[in-house]
Amino acid sequence: MKQNTRNMLDRIYKAQNLMDAACEALGRQINIMEVCGTHTVSIFRNGIRSILPKNLKLLSGPGCPVCVTDQGYIDTVLQLADRDDCLIATYGDMIRVPGKDRSLETKQAKANVKVVLSSEDALQLAKDNTEKIVVFVAVGFETTAPATAVVVREAAAGSIDNFCILSGHKLVVPAMRALLSGKNHNINAFLCPGHVSVIIGYGAFAEIVEDFGRPCVVAGFEPVQIIEGLCEICRQLSAGKAKLKSIYSAVVTEKGNTAAQQTIDECFEPVDGYWRGLGKIEKSTLKLRDKYSRFDAFERFNITETPGEERKGCRCGEVLCGLIEPPECGLFGQNCTPQEPVGPCMVSSEGACAAWFKYGQEKRRKR
Amino acid sequence: MCLAIPARIVELDGDKAVVDAMGNRWKAKTTLLPEAKLGDLVLIHAGFAISLVDEEEAKKTWQLIAEISEFQDTSNKVSG
Repeated sequence: MKQNTRNMLDRIYKAQNLMDAACEALGRQINIMEVCGTHTVSIFRNGIRSILPKNLKLLSGPGCPVCVTDQGYIDTVLQLADRDDCLIATYGDMIRVPGKDRSLETKQAKANVKVVLSSEDALQLAKDNTEKIVVFVAVGFETTAPATAVVVREAAAGSIDNFCILSGHKLVVPAMRALLSGKNHNINAFLCPGHVSVIIGYGAFAEIVEDFGRPCVVAGFEPVQIIEGLCEICRQLSAGKAKLKSIYSAVVTEKGNTAAQQTIDECFEPVDGYWRGLGKIEKSTLKLRDKYSRFDAFERFNITETPGEERKGCRCGEVLCGLIEPPECGLFGQNCTPQEPVGPCMVSSEGACAAWFKYGQEKRRKR
Repeated sequence: MCLAIPARIVELDGDKAVVDAMGNRWKAKTTLLPEAKLGDLVLIHAGFAISLVDEEEAKKTWQLIAEISEFQDTSNKVSG
């Protein structure tokens, strides 16, 4: 066996033993929420749930941008896609999210929906299609928002007036605050997102630790890092402590990427916004500042963001809040599958429902 | 969606870069990471470098990504 593989396995065994001991000492059920779709997928793909102590439960929180996007926003995108003068530029996973009666995928046949890999591609689309108004479906957390901000600045500098963005960019910390302010929550600690933290810095989670007394640990995406992160949390809980810690020191600093933060701040301001399952959260959504309002699709098309209704029977909202696990939803696996999704948590490859469907079957059978 | 991919800057002109990860090359920008230099390893997300990364960390992530069969399509992928 290669030396580094052996080292990694040693680290996993050590963390697992410490975690087992901490959970045994705790002697009660504890719930740790991950707030990052990439963590969710890594946890399922690597079978991490199968090695956890019996009294430790993982909750998949609002960490997948497609999943947390309110139905009202989805319906707005679909309305814009109906307009002959618009070209919709979107990241791939958004196109399959069902709206009231259809998804962007069905619109794609009309050739006015284009999948892009970056915000730069969306801006290029505007340069190449001057007869159309290109609307960029700008979703994602703090990792993705600076990329949108840069192209808005470029559009302003180059007077590319047929470009605009429909900002659905969300902020992670206000959502965590909202969850912990809810009456029914059962969250004991957070495993904090890795690449969001590259931008905002792990220091951004200090307020969660201070105001709510919940441990916050930033971890990378490798199984060993996730297990070590969970172990750190269990040990804190067992010692009756709540601390802020990053074990992803390779790329995450306390202050984060200040150039990216300044770019966000220069273009956007945080406003109240709607989240699926969590409702309206104060200062949780990024809106373009007044000086860039001509690139704001809400302003340009005179749209007021209103919360949409979830599709009948869909319990994605409760899943995102950690109140139920996907199989508890009546639609799961029967009327809602990755092939025929009803809610966004089944659409997105990072959604909790899709992960349960793909990787969780075997484990559920054993229960 | 918030997954970033390590890549090496193999060309750099102002903030316009060409980056390489395991032989896959694509365009990216260093606007958000002004200190990035030619030859640096960086994390790329949605077409932008967001952080410097060391060799060991990059290799670990590439190994992880290599396990995903669809890597050919993921050079700059930000699927949710």
